[in-house]
Amino acid sequence: MSTDATTDPGPGITGDVAAADQRRDRLIRRVLFGCTSITVLTTIAIFVVLLDNTWGFFFDATFSQWLVRSVTSLTVEGLTQRIAVTEFLFDTEWRPSHADDPRFGIMTLVSATVLITVGAAFVSIPIGTAAALYLSEYASVRTRKYLKPTLEVLAGVPTIVYGFFAVSFVTPVLLRPVLELFGLSIGRNNVLSAMVVVGIMTIPMVASISEDAMRAVPDDLRNGAYALGASKYEVSTSVVLPASISGIFASYILAVSRAIGETMAVTLAAGATPTLTANPLAEVQTMTAYMVTTMRSTAGVGSITYQSLFAVGLVLFLMTLVANLINDYIKRRYREVYR
Amino acid sequence: MATGENEPLISTAVTSRETERSARADETILEARGLDVHYGEDRALREVTAEIPERKVTAIIGPSGCGKSTFLRSINRMNDQIEVCRVEGDLLFRGKNVYDDDVDPVALRRKIGQVFQKPNPFPKSIRDNVTYGLRVQGKSATDDDVERALRGAALWSEVEGKLDSSGLDLSGGQQQRLCIARAIAPDPEVVLMDEPTSALDPVAASKIEDLIAELAREYTVVIVTHNMQQAARISDETMVFLTGGELVEFDDTATIFENPANQAVEDYITGKFG
Repeated sequence: MSTDATTDPGPGITGDVAAADQRRDRLIRRVLFGCTSITVLTTIAIFVVLLDNTWGFFFDATFSQWLVRSVTSLTVEGLTQRIAVTEFLFDTEWRPSHADDPRFGIMTLVSATVLITVGAAFVSIPIGTAAALYLSEYASVRTRKYLKPTLEVLAGVPTIVYGFFAVSFVTPVLLRPVLELFGLSIGRNNVLSAMVVVGIMTIPMVASISEDAMRAVPDDLRNGAYALGASKYEVSTSVVLPASISGIFASYILAVSRAIGETMAVTLAAGATPTLTANPLAEVQTMTAYMVTTMRSTAGVGSITYQSLFAVGLVLFLMTLVANLINDYIKRRYREVYR
Repeated sequence: MATGENEPLISTAVTSRETERSARADETILEARGLDVHYGEDRALREVTAEIPERKVTAIIGPSGCGKSTFLRSINRMNDQIEVCRVEGDLLFRGKNVYDDDVDPVALRRKIGQVFQKPNPFPKSIRDNVTYGLRVQGKSATDDDVERALRGAALWSEVEGKLDSSGLDLSGGQQQRLCIARAIAPDPEVVLMDEPTSALDPVAASKIEDLIAELAREYTVVIVTHNMQQAARISDETMVFLTGGELVEFDDTATIFENPANQAVEDYITGKFG
């Protein structure tokens, strides 16, 4: 029988059916690979378009236009610089539609985005982490079963609703009366209300992802600590938190990256007046808010205002990219230590 | 295997400690009185009544699912961590029912340490693992405390120079001894062990067995094991649980293994049951 087996492996191992099986497996693999490629290619395409058009913001033609012109004319075509990179990076004014003296100092928009992101982080990180600890360590199985999905619903509320909530409730009902007690006044649009709503908006993200990370800590570790006479709080802070820190940090970074890219809520809440300020009561314009308002205006394709959208978009893209890279780094860095 | 009337079923090492034991009157440190434990609808322990002597090694043996681990966990109230668990009856630690309302389970566990089946060192340095129990009690831990606990767990010579490296870098057997060091560092009165050698290779397991005999000089050791030879080798007293969470027999290890009163226990020990 063993000699038979070497010469004739028997039915099913070779033949038409087996070949068809192999073909099907290859096909499935290609389809799946294709779907994965779409996301990667889209990312690359977006990046290329942003770069190309950002070139068209600094010069009088986009990089591709210039390239096509140079190739067709077989000479290196000259370029006129419209905006100096130093102005873009260091000017303190952002007034693209000023008739006599338009200025494009991205700092103004970046500072508004950063200000709101930092303020939002002060809301979402402590509250989100505490909520995650409660759900993971303190809540009963039953409570968690109902509470966690409810919390995640908060993440599904459309962001424009948060913007509306900021303008119609947070500013007039919550902030204004309190600030008036201190003799401060606050306009309809302000940084503070944007911080509050973006913070609330990102709590579920911090809470949900952190809770997943905390739940992934093996019960063996908890039991080890409980058996040594640790209280629930001590188990939470000295065992669960350090062991899940990489996932917790990841949730923070994701929340920050979400806050950076947040658009509708901040447009409604913080306003459309570019201001370089650290005053949380002022009206500002974030990068995203600038893009929304400008897209709705009638700036012609190729105009400097139109091209500025891509320059701002590129900066935004890079900021979230850096956040994601930090996220990856933290995940890799801490996984080794705690697993 | 055929065994004669007076030959031991499994030889025991109890005789060597026999003299020492008789010189000291047995003091009961833990006592169960009609202890029932339920997990939801399931009854895991049934009317368990037993007196566990101080500074002895008491082994708990029995087939899987017989309630031996449940009994162990009910001593330091680790069952509290299981939501569906319900305990009835009394479990006295030095005469005090640990299930009384005024007993703080956190404080109780500082008196009754536990070592688990799977080594579970914290992802922290060896030093931090050992001092964890002291620190949660708000006590500062000196280098002497660390050395004493690690010596007590027969691990000192192997980790002396690397106290600040991670406990997870140790081998499985070393990790388990680290867990023992961690359990004895706060100087508890009782050390509970839940199959502490079942995840270890034979060499590492035998080191732990030697260590358990040492531990019994200072601590009361209650050890769950599914290894009957191990129970015979290291314990002074043996509790036998059989299916249904009933404590069937509790006696000197020598008696249990050489001349058990209960036929079911004899069947279990000789391998006819379980």
